[in-house]
Amino acid sequence: MPTSPAWPAARLHVVTGKGGTGKTTVAAALALALAHGGRRVLLVEVEERQGIAQLFDTPPLPYEERRVAVAQGGGEVRALAIDVEAALLEYLEMFYNLKRAGRALRRMGAVDFATAIAPGLRDVLLTGKIKEAVTRQVKGARAYDAVVVDAPPTGRIARFLAVTEHVAGLAKGGPIKTQSDGVMAVLRSSQTAIHIVTVLEDMPVQETADAIAELRRIGLPVGSILVNMARQPLLPLNAMARAATGRLDSTAIAASLSHAGLDGESLAGPLLLEAADHAQGWQAQLACRARLKELNRLTYELPELQGPIDTGSLYELADVLTRAGIR
Amino acid sequence: MTAGSSPPLDLAALIADPDTRIIVCCGAGGVGKTTMSAALALAAAQAGRQVVVMTIDPARRLAQSLGLERLDNTPRDVPAAAELTAASGGHLQAMMLDMKRTFDEIVEAHSEPARARQILENPFYQALSSSFAGTQEYMAMEKLGQLRETGNWDLIVVDTPPSRSALDFLDAPHRMSRFLDGTMIRLLSAPGRAGGRVYLKVVGAGLAIFGRIINKILGGQLLKDVSHFVGALDTMFGGFRQRAQATYDLLRQPGTAFLVVAAPEPDALREASYFVDRLSSDQMPLAGLVLNRVHPSTAPGLSAGRAEGAAENLSPGNSRNDVLAASLLLVHAQRSRTDAQEQRLARRFASAHPDVALRSVPAAAQDVHDLDALRQIGAHLTTPVPPLRKTKTRAKRASVRPTA
Repeated sequence: MPTSPAWPAARLHVVTGKGGTGKTTVAAALALALAHGGRRVLLVEVEERQGIAQLFDTPPLPYEERRVAVAQGGGEVRALAIDVEAALLEYLEMFYNLKRAGRALRRMGAVDFATAIAPGLRDVLLTGKIKEAVTRQVKGARAYDAVVVDAPPTGRIARFLAVTEHVAGLAKGGPIKTQSDGVMAVLRSSQTAIHIVTVLEDMPVQETADAIAELRRIGLPVGSILVNMARQPLLPLNAMARAATGRLDSTAIAASLSHAGLDGESLAGPLLLEAADHAQGWQAQLACRARLKELNRLTYELPELQGPIDTGSLYELADVLTRAGIR
Repeated sequence: MTAGSSPPLDLAALIADPDTRIIVCCGAGGVGKTTMSAALALAAAQAGRQVVVMTIDPARRLAQSLGLERLDNTPRDVPAAAELTAASGGHLQAMMLDMKRTFDEIVEAHSEPARARQILENPFYQALSSSFAGTQEYMAMEKLGQLRETGNWDLIVVDTPPSRSALDFLDAPHRMSRFLDGTMIRLLSAPGRAGGRVYLKVVGAGLAIFGRIINKILGGQLLKDVSHFVGALDTMFGGFRQRAQATYDLLRQPGTAFLVVAAPEPDALREASYFVDRLSSDQMPLAGLVLNRVHPSTAPGLSAGRAEGAAENLSPGNSRNDVLAASLLLVHAQRSRTDAQEQRLARRFASAHPDVALRSVPAAAQDVHDLDALRQIGAHLTTPVPPLRKTKTRAKRASVRPTA
C-alpha cells in the first residue's frame, strides 16, 4: 500500500462508485480519517437519502452542518444533508438578497420548477453549495480543512460535476455564468480529488475504469481507487485452485472432520461446496485486483467487515485508511 | 408462526400469464436489477411470450451477454436466444433507452418540421435532452408508452434508472400538469414571444417582478433560450402530458407487475421498503420482492460456533488434511453467519410488509458473462414455488436457530 497520498493539496474529496459498493460508508470513513489529528472535516450528502444519519446513528440531518463524530486527536466530522429547496432559497438570499422573493417564488411553484422540472438546476445548486463550503472563510481562516462528498454513483458522476459547465455554456453571461465558472474552477483545480469506490467484482471494476476514462476526458481530477469489502482468504492459498475446481480430497477431509468429533461423512460434501464458492470468489477477486492495477491509480483497500456496519465499523475503516497514509 | 414468513413469489406463473403485459423492475443501484430484467425477459420468451426488454444504461457486459455488441434505442433481436426460445414459439428483443433520441423523436413527431428544427437546435433543449438528471425518468415513461402502443410484443420488461429517482416517473404526469397549469410557463414563454412592455401585459404587472428576478438570475441570453424553447414546445406539451397520464394509468392496470429487487443488505432493503411503500400509496400493482444474491449455507445443521470449536480442535500441528478441514470449517462458520444475517434481514422486511411475496436468488460465484448465465438466473427465478410444507420447515428452522 502506498504511504503518502498523491493528492496532498486536495481539500475537496468527491467519493463516487457503482451502487452497492458502499460509497456512503467509505465516504464517512474517509471523513473520519481526514479528521484525524485535530482537523475539521465536513461530510456532505446530496441525494436526500439520509444515509449519513443512519451510519452515524443520529436522527435525520436537517439542512445545517452538525457534528456527527469526533476523531482521534480532537478532530471532528460535521455532516450536511443538502436540501435542494433550502439551498435554492439560501442561494437567492446570499447572492441576490431575495429571501422574501424566494418565499413568493415558492408559492408560485417556481421553486418546484427549479428543483424538480428543470432537473439540471438541482445539480447546479448542489455543486454550488459544495463549492461554498470548500471556500468558506471564518475569521480569515478556512472553515473546513477538508470537505468529503458522498456523491452520485459512477454512472452519473461526470454529468453531476460538469452540470455547471453545461449551464455556463447555456448562459453566455450573467450571474449564473459567473457562479458556474467559480464552481468549475474549484472542481478542476488540484484542490479536488475524485475517488472511486469499487468492490472486487467485474461490473464495479468495469464501471471504475469507465468513470476514470470519462472524468479524465472532461478534465476532472481523478484521485484514488478505494477498494471496499475486500475478502480475506480463509483457505490455505496453495489449496485455493483445487478447492475452486472441487479437487480437494473429500475422503481425507471427512476423516479429519470425524476426528474433530463431527459427522464427517455427511458434512464433507456440503463444506467442500462452500469452500469451492469461497475459492472461486477469491480467484475472481485476484483477477479484479489485476485489472485495477492496470488502471495505474493509487489504490487503497478496505477489508470486508463481518456483521452489520455501525459507527464502530467506520472508525475501524478510518483506521485502515490512516495507517495507509491518508491524512 | 406467521410473522416473518412471506408468501412465496411465483414468477413462473407471472410470466406465463398472458394477462401480464408489463413488468417493471425497480430497486437501489447495484442490486442486479438490469441482470434480473434480462433474465426474466429471457425466461418469459422461453415460456413462449413475445418479449422486449428495455434496459437503462446497462453494463457493456450485459449487452455482450445477450450476444449484442451494443444496444440502442430500437428493439433488436437477440440472436443467441433464438435457439432457446424456438421450441416454445417465444421471441426476445432488447433495447437500451437513449433519452436524447427519444426526446428528439417526440419533438419530430409532434411539431412542424421547421419548428422541430428550431427546437432541436435550441441550446437549452440540447442540454436538457442529453445531460440533465431527471430527463431519463420522463423518457423511460414515454418510451414504455410507445412500445405498448405498437402492440408488437405481448410482454414488456422494463428496467428502471439506478436511484431513488427511479420512481420519479410516477410523478411525471402530475409535475407536468402542475407545470403547464402554473404561472411559470406563462412567465417563461412570454419573453420569447414578446419583450418589454408587451411582456408586462402578457404576464401582468404582479408577475413582472418574477420575470425580473429570473432575468437577474439566469441572465438575458439564457432566459431567451429557455423561453423560446418553452414557447416552441407549448403546443406539444399538452400531448406529452396526456401521454404521460395514459402511461401512468396503464401502470396501475392489473396487466402491470412491479418487482422490487434488493440485495440482502440493510441499505438495499431500506430502499426496497421505500419502493414498496411508494408503490402501494400510488396503488401500483406490486408482484413482490426479489432478494438477489443470497448466500444460503449448504450445511445448515452445523452452527458457526460448533464449526469454530471443531476447527480449534483440529489445529495446530496436525496433519495437512486436518489443517485443511479446519479452514473449511472456518469458511463454513463465516458463510453460516452471513446466511443467518441475511435471513434475519429478510424476516425483518417480511414483518414490516407481511403481504409482499418474496423470492430469493442465490449469489453466483462469478459475474454474468453469457446468455447461459442469464438462463440459469432465469431458471432460479422461475423454479416452481415450493409446496407449503417446505415453506413451513424453513420458517421453523429460522425460528429455532439462535441469532448470531
